[in-house]
Amino acid sequence: MYTASDLRKGLKVQIDGEPYIVTEFVFSKPGKGQALYRTKLRNMLSGNQLERTYRSVDKFEPAALSERTMQFLYSQGDEYHFMDVKNYEQIIIKEDQLSEAKSFLIDNMEVQILLFGERAIGVTPPNFVVLKVAKSEPWAKGDTSGSDSKPVTLETGYVIQVPPFIEEGDRLQVDTRTGTYVTRVK
Amino acid sequence: MNINKIPALLRRAQLIEGIRRFFVQQGYLEVETPILLPTIAPEIHIEPHVSGRFFLQTSPELCMKRMLAGGHTRIYQIARCFRRGERGRLHLPEFTMLEWYRVDADYFDLMEECEDLFLYLLGSLGLEQIISYGGHTITLEKSWERITVAEAFLRFSPISMADALAAGSFDEILVQYLEPHLGMRAPTFLYDYPASLASLARTKEDDPSVAERFEVYVAGIEMANGFSELTDATEQRRRFEQERESIRSQGRDPGMLPEKFLHDLSGMPDAAGIALGVDRLVMLFIGSTCIDEVVSFTPEEL
Repeated sequence: MYTASDLRKGLKVQIDGEPYIVTEFVFSKPGKGQALYRTKLRNMLSGNQLERTYRSVDKFEPAALSERTMQFLYSQGDEYHFMDVKNYEQIIIKEDQLSEAKSFLIDNMEVQILLFGERAIGVTPPNFVVLKVAKSEPWAKGDTSGSDSKPVTLETGYVIQVPPFIEEGDRLQVDTRTGTYVTRVK
Repeated sequence: MNINKIPALLRRAQLIEGIRRFFVQQGYLEVETPILLPTIAPEIHIEPHVSGRFFLQTSPELCMKRMLAGGHTRIYQIARCFRRGERGRLHLPEFTMLEWYRVDADYFDLMEECEDLFLYLLGSLGLEQIISYGGHTITLEKSWERITVAEAFLRFSPISMADALAAGSFDEILVQYLEPHLGMRAPTFLYDYPASLASLARTKEDDPSVAERFEVYVAGIEMANGFSELTDATEQRRRFEQERESIRSQGRDPGMLPEKFLHDLSGMPDAAGIALGVDRLVMLFIGSTCIDEVVSFTPEEL
């Protein structure tokens, strides 16, 4: 059990049987008054926002979440197929549950599947992944805009800002937490 | 320590120097009272730190009032106070409080002295009387806004003060609906609190449901809390017992009653006292929105 004083950004709690993540959190305490924990939460199933103010006496169940390492197999339409390499069990996750993760998924990549009970509700790719540049406009030498980056499209369809010297076919290391370019890989 | 904090800590030191000069000029004596205390005032919403068989002070209030009973007439103290579980953008579990007490004064007198202190500090630092804080332009020229708690509820809250008290949602309404409006153009004195929310304050002669208590707000932030002091020891004991009952009902140990304080209180002259958060004062003067920026180390950095 958590108490209100455990509340912080990123904490996952269960409210009315559903998992929520704390997205904003403000501690306030009016003079001589009681501690109030003003909180914004996001439902991890529906994405709905919830605003609640808690008191020190309030208690929370941790959200019944678990993680499982699985391999991304392939996608077909809006269905993404994953497999547990230990027991070959396969699951399907719909595209709208993947959020940002789908920008970084390539075949055979090992990912963390977030489960609520038995239900897969999210996918976390490794912090750093290597992806190939699928499309890049050649760098116009006469470019006087002074810009030190340009957009390229990766093999997953993700568009990313990179230094001007990057070319089609290059392999790039990308930080999946921020979605940004790290370095070119030889 | 983070090198970026140097300007803030310089300002902090200058402000504390200024505070001392102001009180010397006003004829106040700087005092020091013990931090380790065998008993403290029972307060339902303040949880003390325990050290051996002692409490760390949550405020120097009781000792300073005993000094008034002992013959002092104008005293101030810059004291480190400790309160468990208080941590946020405006809270540290260990923080610095300026408290001052004045005999033969009431809460209105202290409101004026509070204005004088702020203006003196601005002057001594060579700052304008109009400051910018959190996107607001706030004029600190005299006189600041004064509004009773009941009026503020009428103006800003969807329900009245009486209804909020009955529903047990006074604090929530205060934080959500009132505070965002307080002290935005000029500092605001929010005054005349419900008697049940001021266990150490005197009630109004013509309306015992209201205590002579005020809070100073600047830019929605509570800076100070003051009141005309209760000097009736029997009434004080009754209120302490009530608080102890509430503390017990929370499953906490209320500790022993501060008997020596209660004994001395019957000999204390009429007086008013105020506690001002020094860390928040520094924040206001340097335009900082987080208390972490005005202390040398936060608890997390230790």
